[in-house]
Amino acid sequence: MEFSTNLLIFSGLALLMMAAAFAAVTTSRIMRAVTYLLFVLFGTAGLYFMLHYTFLGAVQIIVYAGGIVVLFIFAALLIGKGTIDVTHTSNRRYLAGLLASLSGMALALYLINSTDFFADKFSTVGVPMKSVGLALMGTAKHNYVLTFEVLSILLLACMVGAIMIARKK
Amino acid sequence: MIVPAQFYLALAAILFFIGVFGFFTRRNLISLLISTELMLNTVDINFAVFNAYCHPEHLEGFFFTMFGIGVAAAETAVAIAIIINVFRNVKSIHIKNMKELKH
Repeated sequence: MEFSTNLLIFSGLALLMMAAAFAAVTTSRIMRAVTYLLFVLFGTAGLYFMLHYTFLGAVQIIVYAGGIVVLFIFAALLIGKGTIDVTHTSNRRYLAGLLASLSGMALALYLINSTDFFADKFSTVGVPMKSVGLALMGTAKHNYVLTFEVLSILLLACMVGAIMIARKK
Repeated sequence: MIVPAQFYLALAAILFFIGVFGFFTRRNLISLLISTELMLNTVDINFAVFNAYCHPEHLEGFFFTMFGIGVAAAETAVAIAIIINVFRNVKSIHIKNMKELKH
């Protein structure tokens, strides 16, 4: 396989994301887990940029890294330091979880490796902003205004629900 | 040279099962939510990759990823509200204290 910049950047991102994800599920401090999750989310935005989906990468950074991680940090700080310490399960459960996820990973990697369903149609042009906006707001075929509106209603319901659940009695 | 699509899918699979591992072994509500976010995130990667490599002329996977990110944000907000409320009532977010709804 010939050397290429794309492959080099991808390997760097992949190593960073795998290391950060593993650290996020094994570290014993909650704030560190949230910070490692932030690295995984930034790496995902990098993958979207590599696929030339720049708008998607921007959305990923704004919503995930800017919104969800802040929510996690708020929750961790509100709940307080003494109670939040992450405790692991017994060794038996730990081994069972490790075994289950490793076998699932092996199966998934085998299937991905043995299937060849990709036409080489990858375009390096990217998606222009105008077509994203038109598809999001259009009513024709392959347009998504209904989904957009349903998602707005869902977000509104979630806001109301979150306030109802978390308000003081 | 273009990175083969299988590399992206393999990375997503590895990250997904790291999330599964965290979900099995963590005993703390916020850590469980972090593992869930990891898994959701990898599914979004898969949608984008399938779109970019199989049907770059359409945008189905692109918009699925975008709506998936929106739904994930809503889900996290509600879940954290529930966790804070649980903490207010039970004074703990450890799994072993969540037995009100058991059987």
